[in-house]
Amino acid sequence: MTKSISPRKSELLSAKPRINAGRKPTPFHPRQVEKCETNDWTLWAGYSVPNSYHSVELEYFSIRNGATLYDISPMCKYRIKGPDAERFMNRFVPRDVKKIKPGRVAYAIWCNDEGHILDDGTIFRFGPDDFRLCSQERQYAWLMDSALGFNVEILDETDDIAALQFQGPTTFAILEAMGIKGVETLKPFDHKNFPFAGTELMVSRTGFTGDLGYELWIEPGKALELWDALMAAGADRTISPIGSLALDMARIEAGFIQPTVDFLHAEHVVRHTRGRSPFELGLDWQVDFGKGHFTGRRALLKEKEGNSSRYCFVGLEIEGNKPAHNALVYHKQKKEIGHITSAVWSPTMKNNLAMALLQRPFGVDIQEDLWVEIYVDKELKWDRVMAKAKIVDRPFFNPPRKRLTPPARF
Amino acid sequence: MNQTRYDAIIIGAGHNGLTTACFMAKAGLKVLVLEKNDYLGGAAVSLELHPGWTYSNCSYVCSLLRPEIVRDLDLPKYGLQVIPYSGGGVFMQNGDHLCNYTDHDAHRLELARHSKKDSEAYDRYSTDLMRQCRFIKPLLMRMAPDPTSFKPRDLAELAYLGKRFHDFSEAQMAETLRFWTMSVAEFLDEYFESDVIKAYYAGSGIIGTALGPMSPGTAYVLLHHYMGEVDGNIGAWGFARGGMGSISKAMAACFEDHGGEIRSGCGVDKVLVKNGRTIGVVLKNGDDYYANTVISNADVKHTFLDIVERNDLPEDFVRQVERFKIRGSSGKLNIALDGMPEFPQVPKDSPIFNGDMHFTDSIERMERGYDDWKNGTWSKDPYLDMLLPTRIDPTMAPPGKHYMTVFVQYAPYHLANNESWDGPNRDAFAQTVFNQISEYSPNFKDMILHYECRTPLDIEREAGITEGNIFQGELTFDQLLFNRPVPGYAQYRSPIKGLYMCGSSTHPGGGVMGAPGANAAREVLRDLGARQTVRGY
Repeated sequence: MTKSISPRKSELLSAKPRINAGRKPTPFHPRQVEKCETNDWTLWAGYSVPNSYHSVELEYFSIRNGATLYDISPMCKYRIKGPDAERFMNRFVPRDVKKIKPGRVAYAIWCNDEGHILDDGTIFRFGPDDFRLCSQERQYAWLMDSALGFNVEILDETDDIAALQFQGPTTFAILEAMGIKGVETLKPFDHKNFPFAGTELMVSRTGFTGDLGYELWIEPGKALELWDALMAAGADRTISPIGSLALDMARIEAGFIQPTVDFLHAEHVVRHTRGRSPFELGLDWQVDFGKGHFTGRRALLKEKEGNSSRYCFVGLEIEGNKPAHNALVYHKQKKEIGHITSAVWSPTMKNNLAMALLQRPFGVDIQEDLWVEIYVDKELKWDRVMAKAKIVDRPFFNPPRKRLTPPARF
Repeated sequence: MNQTRYDAIIIGAGHNGLTTACFMAKAGLKVLVLEKNDYLGGAAVSLELHPGWTYSNCSYVCSLLRPEIVRDLDLPKYGLQVIPYSGGGVFMQNGDHLCNYTDHDAHRLELARHSKKDSEAYDRYSTDLMRQCRFIKPLLMRMAPDPTSFKPRDLAELAYLGKRFHDFSEAQMAETLRFWTMSVAEFLDEYFESDVIKAYYAGSGIIGTALGPMSPGTAYVLLHHYMGEVDGNIGAWGFARGGMGSISKAMAACFEDHGGEIRSGCGVDKVLVKNGRTIGVVLKNGDDYYANTVISNADVKHTFLDIVERNDLPEDFVRQVERFKIRGSSGKLNIALDGMPEFPQVPKDSPIFNGDMHFTDSIERMERGYDDWKNGTWSKDPYLDMLLPTRIDPTMAPPGKHYMTVFVQYAPYHLANNESWDGPNRDAFAQTVFNQISEYSPNFKDMILHYECRTPLDIEREAGITEGNIFQGELTFDQLLFNRPVPGYAQYRSPIKGLYMCGSSTHPGGGVMGAPGANAAREVLRDLGARQTVRGY
């Protein structure tokens, strides 16, 4: 009788992504290889990172139930220092940087002269003349060009800092158990340095999941120590590393937009009509016309005064349980008025959520009778479903524990 | 007198002549192709000059050949395979190099070794070029509209052009007009700061053109090299498996399959004209062939200054043809190598060896090379476009051996002091090239088993192109669209009824593209009221 042979587990685990020219490992790579059972890797700005570790669904629930580690080392990090730093940053982004105090973090978008968004990210303020800009897309060339005439120093710190997104309801308790004293005082969007393993660990109460959570920033040489300390302190508090796919589910529930998914870098679009203004992406609150000049101000003011925005960006709840990936949106089931940019079945809300770009006046003046055309795979038989959709506010998921200070322990 | 009458005679079996021939034979017409050489292909030709080695004697890489043509003529069925290549780069004088990677991140990291800022500017550069390609590409397979004509078709085509232009934003319209007229050096300055990165991309702006990288108009030449594609990858280049001659061979097979007739070794002496219309041709050997339609694949100068009697042409037209710029600017070496030459300054497994290699690491050096051309001599520090097709194509040399093609810019057609290319100058030209390669490859010269050196004069003699200009006329804005080759005659027709042009002197210009040939066939078939076999309008 023939016996089937199962490969030993260690062999499965030894499968590694190929790191070659253009594929860099992050400082956490050795631990990721160890934990990544699915061996499903993806690329992020030239770095190999896991899409998943063991199960996307279980990883997702760890975000909403316990604590999760997500490697954000590939995120682009730029230091902006010098006497003109504040003036420079205020010209760079449409929001008022003066209002960001040292020790605080702020979400920001920035535009080109046409008022089209280049990217979004976060601004960390360390002191009067000292900022860090974090973004998904590379901005060095744009920063350097923008800095002409300003007395500032711009430094690409991407490879000098290892970072983890540490998210979930038990994250505070784990940091506390690790002995990070004073972390309970951090309010949302605060950042502070704490001693750790003979170096400084920067903790910011920020994240991409819409839940309680932190982002942890450390020198690359201490990255593995940080990972190990978190995993040890979290062993009894449902801790798990997560990949990009689970994070994306939480990201949509939180209603966050993502470059290259919900909008494109305006300098990287071939068709000029693909650029999007802040007003077209529901980011009106980012634009401060009262603070003085900033890049894109003239075009944005013209758009605002002329009410000439072409699109609006909305959150949708859609009937049924099939996520509306890449779907077209219709008015009265007939007129095509836009498309879905991000979609997810929300396991926590038990709701079919999406974000969509609609052609005005739809979504603004006309909000009723919206439909989404979804293609559904029923065991290789494809059905076309017209599902009713309703415009709702974002974030879709917005738990009080996200804001509570000091945070709860679970 | 030959008894057979043909519906059409095509002068020259270059790839455009063959393209026209195929579409006409497909329409059921009786077509004869006359070729002066004993072999076919014109400048898309592969010959075995050293036993075991197949050279791509003139053109050497393929990108522009329109996929519509490949598909409609079923060329893969007749043996054509185009294989993309990647890699390439620049060997630098300081011992470093720049390598071109296919993978976006790998390429970014490589550019960042030379300039971090340029590595990001590259994305903006490729987006902007892509936008220009998208604008120009649909015009390739269309007749260029005559802006002075009120014919419905010209008006419709002009409206189409206007509509496409209108799709641009105001800033992009301005950018487009600047782009079509500026120099490649200025264009690249808007994106890059690194000399070697600029030099690498500037190469496409000068290849085949008697202009320097700082001459206005060269930015468009760069675009001309970018608008090709391999399987939808815009800007990608490939090898025709078995050499560029495979393209001509496949076309010839298609043509004969549709009942066409090819006669090689038949140089045409004169086009016969009677009462202002074409009636046939007479060969150099005195034979004559008759057809009411004659289509010349030869360049516009050779056609109207050599094989049509001046007597039969309007004087204005002849003078404009005389002024058409078709200047010799480049030469070509084909080399059989005993093995893979060593280039110690680059790792052995670098993809640089699989693509187009260069030794010019600044635009300044390129421009100095052009200065030599202006002085009536070949560049003493030439810009080389060097490839080893055998890195990819297993059919062109015995295993372990290599075939190297080296395109050399600049080389004038007329040497100073009335010197001749024949004799020591040709050898000295080849030695200049060998010496440059040897600076980077110590064992290169020992590897040479055989070589073929082609100066502009040799290209003119063999391929028949005036001054050996690879584009049958420069691709400057004054010679494009409705001005190519001559205003009023940009739609493949000539002043003589029944006489047409189908070579690269016509819209949209040079490169192994096939578009002039296909567009010409479309116009001829329209005039004859025959079945239309060419897509388009």
